[in-house]
Amino acid sequence: MPASEREAALQSELDKCMHCGMCMAVCPVYATEKSEAAVARGKIGIAEAVISGDLALDDQEVIDTLFNCLVCKSCMQACPSGVQFDRIMLEMRAQIVEKNGLPWLKSAIFGALSRPAVLDGAMKAGAALQGLVFRDDPRYRAISPRSPFAFIGKRAGFDSDRLFPPPATHPLRDRVPEVLPAPQARMRVAFFTGCSFNYFYPETGIDLLAVLAENQVEVIVPKDQQCCGTPVLVHGDAATARTLARNNIDAMEGTNAQYIITGCGSCGSAWRHQFQQLLGGDPVYGERAAYWGAHTYDVSTFLTDVLKFRVPRGRVEAVVTYHDSCHLKKSMKVFREPREILRAIPGLIFNEMSKPDACCGSGGSYSLTHIATSSDIARRKAEDAAATGASTVATGCPACMMQLLDSTHRFGRTQRIRHYISLLAESYRVEREDEGKNDGAL
Amino acid sequence: MSDTSLAGRLAAIVGAGHVLTHKVDLVAYSYDATADVPRQIPDAVVMPANTDEICKIVNLARARGIPIYPRGAGTNLSGGAIPLHRGIVLSFQRMNRILEVDAENLTATVQPGVVIQELNNAAAPHGLIYPPDPGTVNTATMGGSVAENSGGLRGLKYGVTKHYVMGMEVVLANGDKVRFGGKTVKNVTAYDFSSLFVGSEGTLGIITKITVKLIPAPKFRRTMLATYQTIEDAGNTVAGIIRAQVIPATLEILDRKTIETVEAYAHVGLPTGAEALLLIEVDGMAEAVVLAEAEAVIKTVAENRGVLRLAKSDAERDQLWAARRAALPALASLNNTVVLEDATVPRSRITEMLVACAAIGRKYNLVLGTFGHAGDGNLHPTILADKNDADEMSRVHQAVEEIFETALRFGGTLSGEHGIGIAKMKFLGSEIGESGLNLMRSIKDALDPTHLLNPGKLVPDREAVHAGI
Repeated sequence: MPASEREAALQSELDKCMHCGMCMAVCPVYATEKSEAAVARGKIGIAEAVISGDLALDDQEVIDTLFNCLVCKSCMQACPSGVQFDRIMLEMRAQIVEKNGLPWLKSAIFGALSRPAVLDGAMKAGAALQGLVFRDDPRYRAISPRSPFAFIGKRAGFDSDRLFPPPATHPLRDRVPEVLPAPQARMRVAFFTGCSFNYFYPETGIDLLAVLAENQVEVIVPKDQQCCGTPVLVHGDAATARTLARNNIDAMEGTNAQYIITGCGSCGSAWRHQFQQLLGGDPVYGERAAYWGAHTYDVSTFLTDVLKFRVPRGRVEAVVTYHDSCHLKKSMKVFREPREILRAIPGLIFNEMSKPDACCGSGGSYSLTHIATSSDIARRKAEDAAATGASTVATGCPACMMQLLDSTHRFGRTQRIRHYISLLAESYRVEREDEGKNDGAL
Repeated sequence: MSDTSLAGRLAAIVGAGHVLTHKVDLVAYSYDATADVPRQIPDAVVMPANTDEICKIVNLARARGIPIYPRGAGTNLSGGAIPLHRGIVLSFQRMNRILEVDAENLTATVQPGVVIQELNNAAAPHGLIYPPDPGTVNTATMGGSVAENSGGLRGLKYGVTKHYVMGMEVVLANGDKVRFGGKTVKNVTAYDFSSLFVGSEGTLGIITKITVKLIPAPKFRRTMLATYQTIEDAGNTVAGIIRAQVIPATLEILDRKTIETVEAYAHVGLPTGAEALLLIEVDGMAEAVVLAEAEAVIKTVAENRGVLRLAKSDAERDQLWAARRAALPALASLNNTVVLEDATVPRSRITEMLVACAAIGRKYNLVLGTFGHAGDGNLHPTILADKNDADEMSRVHQAVEEIFETALRFGGTLSGEHGIGIAKMKFLGSEIGESGLNLMRSIKDALDPTHLLNPGKLVPDREAVHAGI
């Protein structure tokens, strides 16, 4: 988009705001910090001041304030005027990066994200060396920094209390073949794994594949898929995000998949909305982005609405509450479907928390760059989840899983954190085992 | 400890983490929810934790001749929270505790930063409610709504904020802390200071603690929506309902422009071509009474040729309310500036006022829709304009002036619930006269002789006596 069009689009979005302040009721950052610069209305005022020349984009305080937002889109749910605040935020951050360049560390990391071989090598090296830096926490299937590294890492949010899922020595896409055929396949879909499933939660990815297999769905896991670009876009690096979007679309062409399936709210939103926004004016990729946008489903919606999944028979004895991932609920509008799946599992008791769609405080790297605020938001979530009496907190997004893993432990709770798809997979597994036993008895 | 700057002295009182002085923070306090009023950034924002800190802040500000602007959530609609002459914004965001819900005495005592809905959440387990419900219940604070005497959708039956305030703690401009009123229904000790400070818009003292009355939550309700081919039929329905001795909790009206805009914006199934719409809700403690009231309403609607929809479930109630809830956002979507007035007339003049507002919109060639609280005469003529079009904005100002004149001619008032603030200050004399203005000034000068507290609002200056200007 030319600069003038971008300016006009930004101004039109800013003009929609009535400054009524309804966003204050739901903004997780404002709930903790209580300062008006924390909430959408305040940041809109700041953006207006930047445009009028009262504030400058190379002022570090301005940069810090505009990055003090999880882009969780909660404000957009409460906004009576329909201000698309995420677009304002991403545009302001893109302008900051265009004006000042990316800080070297971000530049190095984002560069690696768009070079799969480099990223893959770095993640595997990290996984191999993790024992030096992290110690295992057998209670949680998680790791936390060993003391000398905890000291170094403290400013970046890696103190010795932080729990983190261990990076996989064998990422998901190395473990599974590119095509998983199903006998009498009802459909053929492509699984966009996303980085978190690939490098941190490969078992969850395998659960997702098992559920699709149970429902006679043939799955392609394209080897050439890359990061969805959300992490770089929220840091203002639209150019890299655009490259990633094109590469991902290329990876899907020729798969003959009817749909793209995601198990991560951020990846799903990227396919659903972000790629089209990024590639809107692109003569080649614009139309492909729109096509795949309309053919991407979160796995829960695919199961409940497209496929009409087979109701599982295996009992899973657990009291479960569900946390709505912001990108899954507020961007993809998926919130009914995971609950429908959980409620279909025999033995499972579902207890709703009081504010299931309050942000968990992750915001991707926000949890590392804004430790105090993120941690306070996470505390509210951990307390709300614990008040339900649940033994398991289910969610639909691996980034939330990482945050919930850390915050549950940090605030003295003991709930297991699981993707809802793993609970469904477990029910199918128990069903198979039960049938196996019965077969033996016969 | 030798930092004698304003920020340094404020930090010594409340702690450095609770003083904001960087421009990027201050910009976010340069406005409230009011359109078409000046913006101004303060010198500092301070967030005290208790009344003693507020006394110290007042003493510091007085010694330095710097004005103080108390602020809750900044949802004000008359410019009341804008730091017009710079100085200190005193934010109540940290004083947000509900100190007590006393179910036996039907009272609650709160700090000013408590959000109205949070008080209702705390009262709900006791089966109690705090009835004043401005559109901002989820964000606005108790302190702000008491200082502005907020109204809302239930004013007709349940009254407004002033009917619920029983006592207060206030810090005066001289630094004194005073307490008055309390938990007793009857209290004639001293002047009725609660009446003085409710609606004082932060110009007489800084409210630091509030005791309010709670009431039992109504157990039953019936919600109805009626559409009309003429405004007169809708107006006669309002009169007819009152004549039938039914006092609905909610009795809201939307005019033709608002109905068209809402339907185009939200597609809630309103008939096109309707001249007026009434949203009516009756409630109470006994089902038989509520049903009898609903019957009376249905009969009155039919007598006046209204087309009625009755909600049979909570989901249907939500559908009926959708039209009313969408009124402001739908109108606001039409342009970049929303001038939202709250001129109010006696209930019997509602029809004339609606007709007059529409005529004023046509006269000045403006997009103007009116909706509001027909039951208590409080209307919201809403003008949508382009702030970058000087000619149009000038016509907006003329139209607003004519709306005020019309309301006064009908025996009404400039403001039913948004307050005078900056936005309506220059019109004040036309309602209360020179003697009224002098009374206002006498009270202001007696309590705040150097105009330390929220200067430039509500009370027009006789001469420039502002502190620190």
